[in-house]
Amino acid sequence: MIVDYVIWIVLLPLISFAIQIFFGKRLPRQGDWLPTSVMFIDLLLSLIVAGKVFSAYDPEFRITRSFEWVVLGTTTIKFGILIDNLTAVMLFIVTLVSSLVHLFSIGYMHGDPRYSRYFAYLSLFSFSMLGLISVDNFLGIYMFWELVGVSSYLLIGFWFEKHSASNAAKKAFLVNRVGDVGMFIGILLIFAITHTFNFSEVFGKIAAGELSGALLTTAGILIFCGAVGKSAQFPLHVWLPDAMEGPTPVSALIHAATMVAAGVYLVGRTFVLYSEHALLVIAGIGTITAFIAATIAVVQMDIKKVLAYSTISQLGYMIAALGVGGYNAGLFHLMTHAFFKALLFLGAGSVIHAMHHEQDMRQMGGLRHKLPVTFATFLIATMAISGVPGLAGFFSKDAILAASLEKAMETGMLYHYTIFAILIFTAGLTAFYMFRALFLTFYGTPRNKEKFDHAHESPGTMTIPLVALAVFTVIGGYGKWFEELVRKPNLQMFAESGAVQDATHAATEAAAHGAHTIAMVLSIAFAFGGIAVAMLYYYWNKYSAEAVSKKFAGIYNFLWNKWYFDELYQATAVRGTLLLSKAMGWFDLNVIDGLVNNTARLTTLISFGSGTTDNRIVDGLVNWVARIIGWFGATLREIQTGRVQAYILMALGAFILLYVIQLAMV
Amino acid sequence: MSDFPFLTTITALPALGALGLLFFPKTAEKGQKLFALLVTLATFIVSVPIYFNFDPSTPAFQFVEQYSWIEVLGASYHVGIDGISLFMVLLTTFLAPLIILSSWTAIRKSVKGFLISMLLLETGMLGVFVSLDLLLFYVFWEAMLIPMYFIIGIWGGERRIYAAIKFFIYTMVGSLLMMVALIVMYLYVGRETGTYTFDYLVFREYLLPAGIQTWLFLAFGLSFAIKVPIFPFHTWLPDAHVEAPTAGSVVLAGVLLKMGTYGFLRFCLPLFPNASVQFAPLIMILAVIGILYGAWVAMVQPDIKKLVAYSSVSHLGFVMLGIFTFTHQGMQGGLIQMVNHGLSTGALFLIVGMIYERRHTRLIAEFGGLARQLPIFATFFMIVTLSSIGLPGLNGFIGEFLVLLGAFQTNQILTAFAASGVIFAAVYMLWMFRRVMFGPITREENKSLADLNLREVVVLIPIIVFIVWIGVWAQPFLGKMEASVDHLIRLVDAKKTAVLQMNDQHMWARGDK
Repeated sequence: MIVDYVIWIVLLPLISFAIQIFFGKRLPRQGDWLPTSVMFIDLLLSLIVAGKVFSAYDPEFRITRSFEWVVLGTTTIKFGILIDNLTAVMLFIVTLVSSLVHLFSIGYMHGDPRYSRYFAYLSLFSFSMLGLISVDNFLGIYMFWELVGVSSYLLIGFWFEKHSASNAAKKAFLVNRVGDVGMFIGILLIFAITHTFNFSEVFGKIAAGELSGALLTTAGILIFCGAVGKSAQFPLHVWLPDAMEGPTPVSALIHAATMVAAGVYLVGRTFVLYSEHALLVIAGIGTITAFIAATIAVVQMDIKKVLAYSTISQLGYMIAALGVGGYNAGLFHLMTHAFFKALLFLGAGSVIHAMHHEQDMRQMGGLRHKLPVTFATFLIATMAISGVPGLAGFFSKDAILAASLEKAMETGMLYHYTIFAILIFTAGLTAFYMFRALFLTFYGTPRNKEKFDHAHESPGTMTIPLVALAVFTVIGGYGKWFEELVRKPNLQMFAESGAVQDATHAATEAAAHGAHTIAMVLSIAFAFGGIAVAMLYYYWNKYSAEAVSKKFAGIYNFLWNKWYFDELYQATAVRGTLLLSKAMGWFDLNVIDGLVNNTARLTTLISFGSGTTDNRIVDGLVNWVARIIGWFGATLREIQTGRVQAYILMALGAFILLYVIQLAMV
Repeated sequence: MSDFPFLTTITALPALGALGLLFFPKTAEKGQKLFALLVTLATFIVSVPIYFNFDPSTPAFQFVEQYSWIEVLGASYHVGIDGISLFMVLLTTFLAPLIILSSWTAIRKSVKGFLISMLLLETGMLGVFVSLDLLLFYVFWEAMLIPMYFIIGIWGGERRIYAAIKFFIYTMVGSLLMMVALIVMYLYVGRETGTYTFDYLVFREYLLPAGIQTWLFLAFGLSFAIKVPIFPFHTWLPDAHVEAPTAGSVVLAGVLLKMGTYGFLRFCLPLFPNASVQFAPLIMILAVIGILYGAWVAMVQPDIKKLVAYSSVSHLGFVMLGIFTFTHQGMQGGLIQMVNHGLSTGALFLIVGMIYERRHTRLIAEFGGLARQLPIFATFFMIVTLSSIGLPGLNGFIGEFLVLLGAFQTNQILTAFAASGVIFAAVYMLWMFRRVMFGPITREENKSLADLNLREVVVLIPIIVFIVWIGVWAQPFLGKMEASVDHLIRLVDAKKTAVLQMNDQHMWARGDK
């Protein structure tokens, strides 16, 4: 029953994609209503599914249904759907954000020459994303993983006439592919040992000890490679800022709320796969990412770039949370982040729309009265991401910080304490750069008078999604349900022998509580510290940011140039591949084909030589013989005169000659 | 129904069509084209029941027909198909009408001769796939070369003579070696068993000593390796592709290259199992080199057709890798990849041909921004590009996935390298696509290009249908191959062991003396 709902949730957008791509242009209003209403139906269905799943209120709730997809000899590859509490939450997040983004796009994309195609691509993306969170196996998740990648490629490059857009699309696809190949090899490795792709069966085999030790760590890190690509983690984070070339609602849906969170979902879904060592790597990568991206966001001037780096940073938080064992915290942040980051992007979209596609904050300022709804909702989201108490972002970020401190206390490792310290410092940075963006955009005096004068609040199709997301940004963090339902899985759950309850749970409760208090106090302190600094520089203008950037020009340039990652990759990976390809191209043309052609030339030469020999010597001999015979013929022809008298005379002469010879011999 | 001589009918129909074309007046070009189209369509329609009547539960040859031919030599007209050749036959009959339709306006000079060549080529190709007699096979194998030689040499581009001769001689060198090996095998088996025959089934059952296998494998293998082509025997391919007319390139990529991989499956593996296993590591390494090397060289080609040609080297590397894993997944992946490559690369050549007809150039630098001007063309091109880079949900993925799955169980490091080829495939395809289709329109000539017409859409749609179908639901294809592949793996294994035991006994016998 629930499964049928989920199947329809996944398939409806696919159907609307098929209709929209073939007939969209001929439908009234270019068919925008079709994918949009389909997504709202999906949202409704997701709510029904969530209602049914949550009403059971069982952390171990799970339903699966699968069918045989490919049968090869003794190997059967099954494809199926898995519904548990996590799936239900994810379905709700994706359909909510997606339907609001569809609605928002009606206003935002109005008048675009490829309006109908845009909605087709949105449908394709929604289908792929919903599939990704519903499948029950590694192969399926990989397939949908690639499909969301393609939808992302198509939408980043939607305005492909711009070189920057088509390049960004290609870059996104290729960088992701690098991570995906790692993930793919990881899947092959898992299959080679466990002979199955199914999550539960793989975990069961791990619980049974079939896959363990270094091999398990390797498999975990390889699978995590996929998450590094898709969730824009260091060192593969470089594609996401460029992906902002896509239309802003796309950035909100794909590159902030849902697809980029797929990496986090993947790690969450396959959490028991990661050994302690793999988790160390994951925590480290997440923390580095959170920090690097936050420092870059501090100096960005393009409002979408600030949000892009902020997204990378927040994804880093989620990954780090999972890495330190804060399973619930990481996924909780995935949800709250989806609300407030989608809101921030749509808010930015509303600003950009009002400013006639101006994204540079240096051209903005003072917009709060012109765009009251946009401003109010943007403010709420900014407070949420900064960690102002009471809003959704506060609860989830607090949970992450608490989890990392808890882990540090538990292991006592410097490594984990460093992670905690970096994360808490980054929380301050986050509050700073977000309020900086807010002040630069909405406060102060308008820096571009002409654009300011033309600015106007967006239509209802665009403000309604903002308000709706603002509501979730406010209420999203309350209630214990998430913590209680999305519980950290452990291997015992998948072991064939009966489930063993986690006995250490009660003992760690007290330590957790202590960590939680410290983390909360520090997190609030750093959040307000960040906000205060932002106010000093950008609200009260007590200090000049420009002066600071001049004073620390070295650091400023380093950050402005995004730590030179793009330059580094350009100089190494891109140039290296191109050089190698050119060398190979030369080698192929001159060496391999040269060899072939030279063989041919040699053959021709030999043929020519033997041809000459044949002509002059072999055939020459033949001709010579012929010539001699010819000469004889010609000479002897002279005696063929046809006169009988002459013949008789010759016969007589010959007779006499023979007679003389005979006499002589005797 | 099952008594109906399906295989003879489909093999003979195109040749009869070619004969029929002779009676058309020279000027009735439209009539000739229509006739050729009808003949190929009829051939395809007759071939469809083969799929449905094919029994997937048995590895035995089906639709078998056998008539005496050259009794003195022990050669007979013996045809039949199993799960390995089934889809090769269907791919050939499926592509033929599309190819005729695609050259509707592209071929201007002596249309009749072109159509006759195409039809004879189809007969040759089908003959290769259905033959169960080695002499018959060899006749078709060689006969196929001649029409292809004319297609490149007469209807090709500027350097067509060079390309045609290169193609012909390169392939010929291989097939001559194969002929020598064939005669050696014929005489050896004849002498040992007392009956001289060219019957494939006899050879398949016969255990050749390991030493002879090596030489025969090398001779047959080289011939097939050139045809595939395996690195480093591939350089005839880019030239042949670039110079051939669109129709020629499609046949070449769609069917002719598969003859090489088919040859390995049909002859090298079952007839010379010990040598196959012995050479497997080498071939797998060459296959992986081909995957990466083809991708790298493709990246820097300025000509779209040449880029696609090198991508074929890369794709067929996957097929070879799959075959020589001797696993179900790898072999079936290789087989389905043969079909996939025929569809995707065939479609790519069709697409390149369509744009060539409009602009009379294939240089990437001459294009840019076409997506805006040609939205329908762009959509087809995008789908085929994605299929070619192995996007899940489209056909390319399932083949590569199964091949890598099989290969991983044999050699993990090599598989990791092969898998990274997927990155480079995306690099060269998407880079090319971006330069041709995206960005602003920079050239005046490109601003007035017309989008695809109905005929061109009709050519591409059937291919797209299969591209999606195989990607989503490959079981109807894989299911029909299963029994034959399973049988082949078992056969290779059993014969290999038997030959080794035979050797041991030999040595024991010698030791006794």
